[in-house]
Amino acid sequence: MMKIVVCVKAVPDPQQACNIRIDPVTKTLMRCEVPLVLNPLDKNAMQAALDLKEQFDAHITALSMGPPDAEGIVRECLALGADQGILLSDRAFAGADAYATAYTLATAIAKIGPVHVIFCGMASSDGSTEWVGPEIASFLDLPVVTMVEEIVECRSLQWKVKASLAHGYRLMQVQLPAVFTVTRELNTPRALVFSGIIKARKKSIVRWGIDDLGVPAEAVGLKGSPTIVSKLTTTQSKREVNILTGTREEKATQLLQKLVDSGVV
Amino acid sequence: MIDFTFTEEQEMFRKAAREFAEIQVAPKVAEMEETGEVCDEVVKALGEAEMMALTIPEEYGGLGLGYTARLIALEEISKVSVGTAMMLQVFALGIEPIIKFGTEEQKKKYLPALAKGKRLASTAVTEATGGSDPTGIRTSYRKEGNDYILNGRKCFITNSHIADTITTLAKDDENPKAFSTFILEKGMEGFKPTHKEHKLGMRGCNTGELAIENCRVPAKNLVGGEGKGMRVALGAIGDVGRGGMVGCALGLQAACLEASVTFANERILYGKPISNLQAIQNKLAQMKIDLEAGRLLGYRAAAIQDKGGRSSNEFAVAKYFTTEAAQKAAKMALDIHGGYGCMEEYAVSRYLRDSFVLGPSAGTSDIMKVIIARWVLS
Repeated sequence: MMKIVVCVKAVPDPQQACNIRIDPVTKTLMRCEVPLVLNPLDKNAMQAALDLKEQFDAHITALSMGPPDAEGIVRECLALGADQGILLSDRAFAGADAYATAYTLATAIAKIGPVHVIFCGMASSDGSTEWVGPEIASFLDLPVVTMVEEIVECRSLQWKVKASLAHGYRLMQVQLPAVFTVTRELNTPRALVFSGIIKARKKSIVRWGIDDLGVPAEAVGLKGSPTIVSKLTTTQSKREVNILTGTREEKATQLLQKLVDSGVV
Repeated sequence: MIDFTFTEEQEMFRKAAREFAEIQVAPKVAEMEETGEVCDEVVKALGEAEMMALTIPEEYGGLGLGYTARLIALEEISKVSVGTAMMLQVFALGIEPIIKFGTEEQKKKYLPALAKGKRLASTAVTEATGGSDPTGIRTSYRKEGNDYILNGRKCFITNSHIADTITTLAKDDENPKAFSTFILEKGMEGFKPTHKEHKLGMRGCNTGELAIENCRVPAKNLVGGEGKGMRVALGAIGDVGRGGMVGCALGLQAACLEASVTFANERILYGKPISNLQAIQNKLAQMKIDLEAGRLLGYRAAAIQDKGGRSSNEFAVAKYFTTEAAQKAAKMALDIHGGYGCMEEYAVSRYLRDSFVLGPSAGTSDIMKVIIARWVLS
């Protein structure tokens, strides 16, 4: 049986982005003010696992770290078709940066036991570091392919995947077990259906805290986070309108000069 | 102890319905408005999303989720398209007599395909001479051997041209006080949809006439027993029909409020968003009050229905309140939008047209008051 872990994150609803605020003192997101939803790219990660389950005998574990409220998104993964849900929730985990988050998730994956595939969304819509997937791989000493946009071959333990680059793509051959971070190009996430929600009634969500993972308090949460947010500023975008006058040729010359002056050309 | 909160599962139902409406229905609204025709892709998507299966028991291929879940689904779909919600509400109205009063054979024959959306349902009660007063109908039946021969004409029937299974009320030819309900099926000789209506609103939801001329209906298609038809028809209309309209109205109220808040925050007047003006705030507050009150009335009635209680009177109150409130909300939304509200590219013009169709559907507001007064005086 193919064992799959999908790492999912509860993020403030991107549709209410205008209401998301940052605490000026702690320099962290004020998460309580906006409802939490499943990170959009994690839906693609879930769908990748579900697509595999349709082809092979597979078991999907949805794994998340977050406050107790994050249980809702784990339940949503169960409704989408995951077999098991695990929520890592403990006050000691609070304030974790990408490094501490990846460490905690990797420790949980190690506790789950041997797995073949670990899927993560390429990035979260709130932090957007793109580091958690690769760092999980690093902690577990597994190969990782980031920005996977197509699983080309997956019939053996030797997978072939297509991963995007800024101006092209990489065709990678990877030996399982491995970590894959996925892009939205990989698939179209399936919508929740009522029967899936009903089936999720019978599926359990396990909650693990720091004692269950057996990790030192200094290695997780804020204490285990090397990232220091030293300063936060808001960006301002300004527009200036200049009306060019003169003949067509004169206006073209003026425009060209302005583009040169501004460093565009 | 009264708990007014939705369960986590119910919130997930709401999310599923919202995602369905936004992904599958919203892109088709403009087309439905333009043509006035049912969008086949939307009907197919409703079936695939298990929307027709909500109230059908699990043993017949449904989900058995009950009426609160149905109300949630209708509210969310109506936010995007009242016409689509109306279509779905009447599917359930056509199915309900079979669930409540059908024989085991009828349930096994019809419900699994209806749950999957492979067959579509409707109910046919209204005629030119009777709707809210169904005793005024003229469609008649007479027994001939093991069959019944039906004659008549039904009007203002939702899903008239797309339904495959239509639960139809008829009057005994020889005893005008006896009514029976029959399952008519598309393609039966002597039974066909005729005129299609062009409605003020809810475009994309099919409404039309059904002609029944010497239609031979086997006795096995009789629902609830001969002479019990009024109980069957009213049992479905009172709870499921009114409840469905409440879902449609709540969705429209919510859509009006959402569109108004968005516009009021964007539209600048006197150098500030018009949401800063007390006159606009007054309208927004009234819309919110009506929406919250309507939800309490509607979901309370649905909770009674889920517990197996009789909820037709509670739904009459909720139907009156929410459909009236939806009309007021649509008018206020249009007022807030000013000239933009008169333009077709703004959804509020559609909301106003749709709101005027909510009232007469499943009984006008005046009829609701008649029912409520009877309840009070009984």
